[in-house]
Amino acid sequence: MPMTPWLRRAAIPLAGPLLLAGCDFAGLQSTLDPAGPIAQAQLDLFMWSYWLSWIVIVAVFGVLAYVLLRFRRRASDPDRIPSQFHGSTKLEIGLTIIPVVIVILVAVPTVRTIWETEVRVVPEEGDVIVNVTGYQWWWRFEYPEHGVVTANEMHIPVDRRVIVNLESADVLHAFWVPRLAGKRDLIPNQNNQLWFSADETGEYYGQCAELCLGAHAYMKFRVHVVEDERFDAWVDAFEAPSALPASDDPRVQRGRDLFATKGCSTCHTIQDYRGEVPVGSSDFPNLTNFGLRTSLAAGVVDNTQENLETWLRDPQIFKPGNYMPKVWREDDPDADEEIAAVAAYLLSLGSDAEELAFASGGTDDVQAFRAAATGGDDGDR
Amino acid sequence: MAAHAPAQAAEAAASTGHGWRSSKMPDIKLLMWLFLASDCMFFGSLIGTYLIYKDRSLVGPYPLDIFDIPLTTVSTFVLLMSSFLMVIALHALRQNNIGGFRLWTSGVAFFGSIFLGFQIYEFRHFVDMGLTLTGSLFGTTFYVLTGTHGVHVAIGVLWLVSIVVASYIRPWTKKDDVYLEVAGLYWHFVDIVWIVIFTLVYLVDFV
Amino acid sequence: MAIGRQAAPAVSDGTIFKRPTWTRGIGSWITTIDHKRLGILYILSSFLFMGLASVEAFIIRLQLMAPNQQLVSPDAFNQLFTMHGVTMVFLAIMPLGTGLANYFVPLLIGARDLAFPRLNAFGYWVYILGGLFIYSSFFLGGAPDVGWFAYAPLTSLSNNPGPGTDFYMLGLTITGIGTLVTAMNLIVTIISMRAPGMTMMRMPVFVWMMLITSFLIIFAFPPLTIAMVQVIFDRTFGTLFYVPEAGGLPILWQHLFWIFGHPEVYIIILPAFGVISEIIPTFSRKPLFGYPVMILSGIFIGFMGFAVWAHHMFTTGLGPVANTAFSLTSFVIGIPTGVKVFNWVGTMWGGAIRFTVPMLYSIAFLFMFVLGGITGIMLAMPPFDAQAHDSYFVVAHFHYVMGGGALFAFFAAVYYWFPKMTGKMISERIGKIAFAFFFVGFNMIFMPQHFVGLLGMPRRVQTYDEGFGFEIWNLISSSGTFVMGFGMILILLSVIWAFKNGAPAGNDPWDGRTLEWTTTSPPAHYNFAVQPVALDRDAFWAQKHPELAHADDPALYDHDYDAGGIHMPGQSWYPFLMSLFIVIGAYGILYQNFVLAALMGVLVTFTTYGWAFEGVGGYHVHPDEHESQEGATD
Ligand code: HEA
Ligand code: HEA
Ligand code: HEC
Ligand code: CUA
Ligand SMILES: [Cu+2]
Repeated sequence: MPMTPWLRRAAIPLAGPLLLAGCDFAGLQSTLDPAGPIAQAQLDLFMWSYWLSWIVIVAVFGVLAYVLLRFRRRASDPDRIPSQFHGSTKLEIGLTIIPVVIVILVAVPTVRTIWETEVRVVPEEGDVIVNVTGYQWWWRFEYPEHGVVTANEMHIPVDRRVIVNLESADVLHAFWVPRLAGKRDLIPNQNNQLWFSADETGEYYGQCAELCLGAHAYMKFRVHVVEDERFDAWVDAFEAPSALPASDDPRVQRGRDLFATKGCSTCHTIQDYRGEVPVGSSDFPNLTNFGLRTSLAAGVVDNTQENLETWLRDPQIFKPGNYMPKVWREDDPDADEEIAAVAAYLLSLGSDAEELAFASGGTDDVQAFRAAATGGDDGDR
Repeated sequence: MAAHAPAQAAEAAASTGHGWRSSKMPDIKLLMWLFLASDCMFFGSLIGTYLIYKDRSLVGPYPLDIFDIPLTTVSTFVLLMSSFLMVIALHALRQNNIGGFRLWTSGVAFFGSIFLGFQIYEFRHFVDMGLTLTGSLFGTTFYVLTGTHGVHVAIGVLWLVSIVVASYIRPWTKKDDVYLEVAGLYWHFVDIVWIVIFTLVYLVDFV
Repeated sequence: MAIGRQAAPAVSDGTIFKRPTWTRGIGSWITTIDHKRLGILYILSSFLFMGLASVEAFIIRLQLMAPNQQLVSPDAFNQLFTMHGVTMVFLAIMPLGTGLANYFVPLLIGARDLAFPRLNAFGYWVYILGGLFIYSSFFLGGAPDVGWFAYAPLTSLSNNPGPGTDFYMLGLTITGIGTLVTAMNLIVTIISMRAPGMTMMRMPVFVWMMLITSFLIIFAFPPLTIAMVQVIFDRTFGTLFYVPEAGGLPILWQHLFWIFGHPEVYIIILPAFGVISEIIPTFSRKPLFGYPVMILSGIFIGFMGFAVWAHHMFTTGLGPVANTAFSLTSFVIGIPTGVKVFNWVGTMWGGAIRFTVPMLYSIAFLFMFVLGGITGIMLAMPPFDAQAHDSYFVVAHFHYVMGGGALFAFFAAVYYWFPKMTGKMISERIGKIAFAFFFVGFNMIFMPQHFVGLLGMPRRVQTYDEGFGFEIWNLISSSGTFVMGFGMILILLSVIWAFKNGAPAGNDPWDGRTLEWTTTSPPAHYNFAVQPVALDRDAFWAQKHPELAHADDPALYDHDYDAGGIHMPGQSWYPFLMSLFIVIGAYGILYQNFVLAALMGVLVTFTTYGWAFEGVGGYHVHPDEHESQEGATD
């Protein structure tokens, strides 16, 4: 079976002569626009079956159309009784062979692709291992080799094999980044594994694909594929993640205090927030280096000061159904000011990771730093 | 399954007044066979669940801690014997030996009750030893599986008793044998299922 | 009313109740045991549920018409698609097939009723009351919201404290009982009540397909029932079947569900294959091409249906060996199905095709079923399924096979047999216009879902964001519901109109080939005044054109099969009562009111005795003297 790039390039314009012409099939989450070998193999298989199915469709519907046109009852001879034949063994056998041949043509590449993409692998030198735990309705990403724990945004180096171990903390979820690899379910009491790699740097969109009630539709995530050095820098940022704000902005300082007094720290961990002992619980999103995130609340909205404030004011607005409580009462007079402070503090986290020397200051620098650390365009150093 | 000779059958149809039949097997007997086929799947699913969950319990007691094979062997034997009585009862009815039929059928029901007695004793004993319905996966799967079987036996006992009572209300003759035969099919099936359960649940761990 | 005319009064011999003898009014319908009346009840009930499910689908589509809409909350949305799926599968499309079988299997094989008329009534009442039981959840604390396959551990009490899941589990257990007994009843009927001369290989294909379907039901429903009982136990008594913390395996539910679930899709489609195999020959004026092959392929499909279940679980990490195995078995099913498609085309080849409304639906069926089947084969490739699973591509696949396949086929059947059931013709002209809307609308709804699925839109999402390229496809899809809905309204109106004012149909409006067309429209309660005889396949055609048939054994005619009169069984209260007690008992379990549940258990037991001692009862008719009677027997 030809698994050549031309097939793939042909896929987009030809995805259906019968479809609306000129439609763009390269969406953010499109399975038709793969960026890694696994997704590529899966698409190649689909395209092969797709072309085969055109043969079936043209043949079956062609004959059907012919029959319907040719053998209508004619007004000229309405009472004609056609010959009452019951069948023909030879024809019948011939007709059985056609689907058998098609099935073989589909089966051979299918089996090959299964064994190329779905066998469980043993980690080798150079692989990146990520333990993924699904929660209603966010993701915990743990890098056991690097001691990194984070949420909802996964960083991986380009062109390296990534092995994802999948576990669920509550109900079923499914890990799906369409442009990188097909999905695999997260099932309690079952260790599932998925592996893939990415060809191109960039930001990839992922989504939970198994009904998990409540905010299932909003259980998304992002995968940042970056060059090796940037990946290392990102990991380093977790090695010495100062929970102390890098900025002298009094708002940020205040936000830091509020994080404890308002009770955020009962659930959320920020590494080193209180000296050696981390606070919070591992069953809630770890907010260490939160300033490095581009998205908020499991990929639902961009991580900006404004969105973050909205989120803290009422988490149900962006993400109906989620389990984060509303911390400030509606009529709390200090709410606006305090929320702004906490948001500013959270966004400052990670901005002092000195390796990247983006230390001090205002939000602009944070944004710029974020862009750099997450593989954005304006991040050359 | 071929239709039997039309002349004969037309005659039969006229005599019973129930019209033409294309099969010789009485309808209720066929129905019972179909039910049993289905029941196989019911028990199959339960036994499958038991086997899949075997050795997955997080807390005891475990099968080896509680099973008393000699005791259960006795109750199994009682159930097996009841199947023999069933055959005898049906034979008696076919001989138009109504007294014998009532006696042996009651015997089957009696043996079934003994089996149930054993089971109740066993359940209580197991609960005392700490195996409860909600305590561990072994408890859950064991009680639901054997309990379902017990319910089958209880229904069978009730059915057989009803047959004996019915045979007084409207005296039975050998023409009614199909009703007993159907109950017998059911009874033998429940018996066979027990053999499977006894082997897979009780004996396996001791091999 | 003329349809489903009721039996003439009989002498009562009930034990507790007087045996009911109403011939009209509600009482006559509640106590009826006439397979034709029950068939009509089935068909009407399934349309009622289909209407409800369609409304749910309509709201789903409105919600998804544009990105980021908030017409309904996520929780309400979950309830909507769950109830839509559950209703369509268990309460609409499957009972529609059962209803058609109830009415037409006896007529097609030349019988006077099903083998167990009261059991048949019980099957119906348990279905309708169980269905209403599930629907009552909307008013009693929330409908089920866990998807139609209700994956554990979503169904556990801790993850789902509301009563919705209990309604799902108890309700489907109850309707499942009805499905099971009706399947057994149909098998017995088909085996022992065929007309003289009708050997197995002369049976109409619809009857064959119902036979296979019934066997599938017998083997497929128990695993589902057991799985549901396990969940009921977990939720009611605190057992641990699906509690991960105690070591339970959520994946077990998936296996038990799909061991049922895949055969279930063939339980839905095989009756559809059956009606198509009746309609195409009639309107091509030719016998079915390759009859034995059609039967064999049907058996093979049914058999293989039990060997493919894990293709719904390719992404659960079964491993490459299992995925390869289940992928290959799934492909293999394409072969007998393909053979069927070729044979339908072969039937039309060389025929004299009339494009009546039933025929149009049948042709549309061929078109859409083949498309849906092809996407099925694609989904059976695990690497591609890893992408497509739980995306709208799957939604498109199963609507093409179930909607474009089964639903269209059953609409063909309703159009085809409506004249027989009512004695009236439906307007062909309006039927064709409505068909056009229905067909175009359907494809507008579901064709775009393939593309939006490939673009990465997961299913069961309450809304989606802009910027993924989903907008245009969803817009087209949602717009299609208006087109299809308009077609549906036209159909409904023309059917209601036909009821009242339709042209009289006569016995044989379509130049039919099978026995149901030999009797009056609608048939008398004893179906056939004289026991019909089948000298050939397409028995009626052989009578009409003896010169064309290789009819043998005319000696079959030389007997008076009805010499003793036609035995008609008596009406009964027990089927209805027993179903009622079962459903009330279910409420008892649901509200943990075990006294009520136990009381109902006792009542069910009593009803069983009443039922048994009441006996078949009934009376004999002698059709030449028309509805005279000869006192009770038994
Ligand atoms: C009427 C119901 C019906 C029918 C008939 C089918 C028929 C088939 N289905 Fe489908 N299916 C469903 C109803 C049905 N399905 C439903 C409801 C679901 C989703 C459940 C859910 O998740 O909610 C589903 C989901 C589903 C999946 C899982 C997708 C997923 O969740 O990831 C798969 C995967 O293998 C699959 C495969 C098939 C196959 C191989 C067939 C085959 O039987 C098709 C065979 C037919 C043909 C192939 C066409 C005719 C043949 C020819 C013209 C000959 C030439 C062609 C070839 C030989 C290829 N189906
Ligand atoms: C036989 C099965 C069947 C049929 C016919 C349909 C018909 C339709 N379905 Fe459905 N669908 C399912 C079975 C079916 N569906 C299942 C099993 C699911 C999965 C649920 C889950 O995920 O758990 C699903 C899921 C599903 C979804 C995905 C929801 C999600 O994942 O978020 C959507 C979305 O567009 C949808 C839409 C529709 C539409 C617009 C129709 C339209 O075609 C409906 C329009 C039909 C008509 C207009 C004709 C029939 C109407 C009548 C006869 C009524 C008239 C009578 C009276 C008023 C008395 N369906
Ligand atoms: C009872 C526990 C709880 C408390 C208290 C709590 N949160 Fe949360 N928080 C959550 C949960 C659960 C989520 C995940 C919600 C989701 O996405 O489904 C979350 C998510 C978040 C996120 C988004 C995380 C991400 O990865 O995008 C931020 C930011 C956040 N919380 C900040 C705060 C702040 C600041 C406070 C205190 C003012 C706070 N939380 C208090 C439970 C809590
Ligand atoms: Cu997690 Cu859906
Ligand atoms: Cu399937």
